[in-house]
Amino acid sequence: MGKKRKCALEVIMEDVGIEIDGQIESDTDSEEHTGIFIAHDRKKTEMKMDWRQNDSKIRKSQWQDYTQLYPYKDEAKKKIPKKQPRREAVRPNRLEREKRQKIEDKKEDEEEESKEEDNGPRQNRASKRKTLQRKNNDGKMAEKGVSRKRERDKKTSTKEQKDSENKEKKTNKEKGKEKENKEKKERRSSTPSTSNSSDEESLSEEELAMLMEQVEQKKKLISTMRNKPWRMAKKLSMLREAQAFVEKFEGALGKGKGKKLYAYKMMMAKKWVKFKRDFDNFKTQCIPWEMKIKEVESHFGSSVASYFIFLRWMYGVNLVLFGLIFGLVIIPEVLMGMPYGSMPRKTVPRAEQATAMDFSVLWDFEGYIKYSALFYGYYNNQRTIGWLKYRLPMAYFMVGISVFGYSLMVVIRSMARNANESTGEGDDENFVFSWKMFTSWDYLIGNPETADNKFASITTSFKESIVDEQESNKDENIHLRRFLRVLANVLIICCLCGSGYLIYFVVKRSQTFSKMQNIGWYERNEVEIVMSLLGMFCPPLFETIAALENYHPRIGLKWQLGRIFALFLGNLYTFLLALMDDVNEKLAEEDVLKNLTQWTLLSHHNSSTGNGSTATPPPLDPADVPRGPCWETTVGIEFVRLTVSDILVTFVTILVGDFIRACFVRFVNYCWCWDLEAGFPSYAEFDISGNVLGLVFNQGMIWMGSFYAPGLVGINVLRLLTSMYFQCWAVMSSNVPHERVFKASKSNNFYMGLLLLILFLSLLPVAYTIMSLPPSFDCGPFSGKKRMYEVIQETIELDFPVFVAKIFSYVANPGLIIPAILLMVLAIYYLNAVSEAYQRANAELKKKMQMLREEEKNKRNNKASTNSAMQDLEDLFKPNTKNENQPKQVEDKKIEPPNKTSPTGKQGKVAAEDVSPINGRRGVALTPPLHVLVTRPPMPGVRTPYPGQARPGPYPQGPVPWRGRGHPRYPHAPR
Amino acid sequence: MGNKQTIFTPEQLDAYQDCTFFTRKEILRLFYRYRDLAPQLVPLDYTDKPDVTLPYELIGSMPELKDNPFRQRIAEVFSEDGEGNMTLDDFLDMFSVMSEMAPRDLKAYYAFKIYDFNNDDYICKSDLEKTVNKLTRNELTPEEVTLACNKVIDEADLDNDGKLSLEDFQHMIIRAPDFL
Repeated sequence: MGKKRKCALEVIMEDVGIEIDGQIESDTDSEEHTGIFIAHDRKKTEMKMDWRQNDSKIRKSQWQDYTQLYPYKDEAKKKIPKKQPRREAVRPNRLEREKRQKIEDKKEDEEEESKEEDNGPRQNRASKRKTLQRKNNDGKMAEKGVSRKRERDKKTSTKEQKDSENKEKKTNKEKGKEKENKEKKERRSSTPSTSNSSDEESLSEEELAMLMEQVEQKKKLISTMRNKPWRMAKKLSMLREAQAFVEKFEGALGKGKGKKLYAYKMMMAKKWVKFKRDFDNFKTQCIPWEMKIKEVESHFGSSVASYFIFLRWMYGVNLVLFGLIFGLVIIPEVLMGMPYGSMPRKTVPRAEQATAMDFSVLWDFEGYIKYSALFYGYYNNQRTIGWLKYRLPMAYFMVGISVFGYSLMVVIRSMARNANESTGEGDDENFVFSWKMFTSWDYLIGNPETADNKFASITTSFKESIVDEQESNKDENIHLRRFLRVLANVLIICCLCGSGYLIYFVVKRSQTFSKMQNIGWYERNEVEIVMSLLGMFCPPLFETIAALENYHPRIGLKWQLGRIFALFLGNLYTFLLALMDDVNEKLAEEDVLKNLTQWTLLSHHNSSTGNGSTATPPPLDPADVPRGPCWETTVGIEFVRLTVSDILVTFVTILVGDFIRACFVRFVNYCWCWDLEAGFPSYAEFDISGNVLGLVFNQGMIWMGSFYAPGLVGINVLRLLTSMYFQCWAVMSSNVPHERVFKASKSNNFYMGLLLLILFLSLLPVAYTIMSLPPSFDCGPFSGKKRMYEVIQETIELDFPVFVAKIFSYVANPGLIIPAILLMVLAIYYLNAVSEAYQRANAELKKKMQMLREEEKNKRNNKASTNSAMQDLEDLFKPNTKNENQPKQVEDKKIEPPNKTSPTGKQGKVAAEDVSPINGRRGVALTPPLHVLVTRPPMPGVRTPYPGQARPGPYPQGPVPWRGRGHPRYPHAPR
Repeated sequence: MGNKQTIFTPEQLDAYQDCTFFTRKEILRLFYRYRDLAPQLVPLDYTDKPDVTLPYELIGSMPELKDNPFRQRIAEVFSEDGEGNMTLDDFLDMFSVMSEMAPRDLKAYYAFKIYDFNNDDYICKSDLEKTVNKLTRNELTPEEVTLACNKVIDEADLDNDGKLSLEDFQHMIIRAPDFL
């Protein structure tokens, strides 16, 4: 039997040898070697087998099991004498499958061998018991063998995939397989014992660990399955097998109590994965407008879509703010606070009551709206309200702070995340053409018009860079461009300064106008008119000037955004200035009124008591009480008005500027003297910069106003919601894609940066009013206090134990705050320095890499002239010289076990050489498995130094082609 | 809900979710997209894995691919037979790789395959020329095309063999700001 088997092996090996073209002699050689080796072992085992006759029977049955499972092998066994027919039988199969099968067979055989060989000594030791057990477990064994084999197969292919970067090249695969075979042989010495002993329930620690490791590997495979570039069918089958394996073996791990726990843990893990998946499914379903944005993206490119994504993000933030303010301030006040009409601040004054419900009044946010929970003035300064003893003033203050806190946190967090995702922003100038070639197409485009534009823009950009490349006198061009850019910036700064001065001038003038009586309509609205004129004409002017600069549209968009932002800051400045004037006026008025109110109350009291009635006087109707101007509510109303008018202007602009224009162009074109669609009015493009800035400034208004008008956030949420639908519709119906469609970079950190700036700017006035302006005396949650923040002190004093107040007073001590700030500044300085150092190191490394590359190129070019003999010599010494350039290979080499130095050296050389395609690939293909080899503990098995391994047998063909082909290749090299 | 059960078994859906970057809903949506291409060919029941293949003409007419200059290559790369005729599995595969959740490495690998027109595992000059011509709709002169191709080779070819291997390609494209 042994002899027969050996023959079979040989035959199979020969077949493999034939498949691997050119390797036949060496391979068969080595395999014969193995065959003999095996046969030798076999004799030994057979001798032992003679000891007990039982065993051979068992083995026979086992063998039959195998053959049943693998009919092909059965065939092989039978047809050994006649080689020819057997091969013919195999031939119809697909080449690859054939090979695989053969190798599997080979594996099978050897596995069998080793198992027996392993069993030998053991049986010597405890023969009787084991024989019995074996009898029982026979069927199981076969089964297990199969599963093990399958698993190994899988591993083979995974490794192979990883190794060879999934290029399914024939030779490569062959090599990989052979190598893995070898590995397997090494490993084999340990695995069979695992399967045997697992039946005996005496798993040693090592084996257990190994099994565990395998299970873990499988799990990892399952979780990374989607990242594998395989066909779906393959992925599915792999997945199924891996799952089956995990399913089968994870129960076997652990024993006794540990086993139960392990199983429980596994079950929970499975449940958790399932839950996570369901949750993810749910989460993606919760992302609104995904389809809408994708549709816009496909029509207009990702830059327009980036606006909508920003809008959606904004909506999310505002929803949170809305929840915060409504949940903690407005709803408690409405539910538990004093009802409307119970006190002066919650009642419309007598003089206004007649018109309080008129639409024109309500539209100005006067009348009933002014005296509602939407505005600051409505809230009472009672410390606690309702049966919950809810501390409303405190809550109001804290919510006002946390609105800013939350926004800051969210903006900074998303900025940081975006910064992580962005990839260097392409500071490399090395790959201009390559990037143009491979990444210029926007794969999201799904609209013929956009595609046409994209084609045109790609063509022009190619032509531009070709012209750039062809011009030998590049420097002049650069100078001209630099000059133009500087000129453009100077022009724009002039424009900005001019408009800034104009705003300043107009604001000053309006202050003098406001003191005068009977002024005309123009004088009253001068500031607004000037502002809107500037806003209308400056952005197009900037755009015209920006055309001089000739930036890539993506960078151009950023510049444009920055410039318009600077212009709009003027707008903000005037608005705040006017508001501060208003507030100061109101504050002065308040002082006068405060006395009047007290006097009125007093006189009312006096008059009622003066009449002689001893009963308590009827309280003055809250509508009749004279009251202060309540500057906070005024400010809140200003912000709400501004927001609403902004919404209206935006919508009307879209309707008129885009939709009506599009309709006009579309339908009047039939009867017009020139082509309207191609000529003057044409369709509008989507104005990304304007829309983004509008959104950002609007958000600034919301942040500033939300402290004085808690209802403002609700209005904003509605606005964002409607504008999402409205703008989506408008852009799809009446806009055309940009002439130069460009991709927005994934990280829209620029928008976020603008938002952060606005957030900071809007934080300043609010902080100023909280810290240094006295709140109104008769309205709002802080009335009666000198400053708004006193509500904190009050809470600490009344609601907390004494020591907290003490701690607080210590912490608030400037002696502590100033050092803290200093410390923070120092920390920032230090971190900044560190990051700069890292950047410098990074740049240095980049430069070094560049140098190395150049050097290598030069070296190669020089080498092309040397003769081939010299070249061969050099190749021999290459590993030593090249290793610095290939740190990875060096690493590999270092951890290499000593018995493998010769093949690795070869590989290292081959990989370092990297000249020949085949060799280069093989180098890559062969290196990773060495890692695998190293991570596994070296087994003390008999077969570890597999005969074929010590020699470069597996790839004898290796050096030949690149020596042969290497020479003529060099002339092809550029330069 | 009832619909879901008849098209795929839960196990199939789970397996697809493991193998792609999609959620259950997206897989179903993709299935309907696939089915809409040829309602008479594709059955509504995939539990027993019917062997259905849609020809390239149908795949290439999808709005996602219709205007893409590389649509034929994409279909070829992702199809089992290399001719652009796709099964549902191929179809899911394609969309999974193209989806925004797919990692850049995976995308780079498939991008390489797409640009490798003659399937020799290298992007050589003829591949580059084809790429340029497809991108510009043949509006560049032959000299310009050759110049561009030479520049690309010069920039990205790290081992100086006159063509781009997968490693060269990945090295170059991972750094590109536009490659998402």
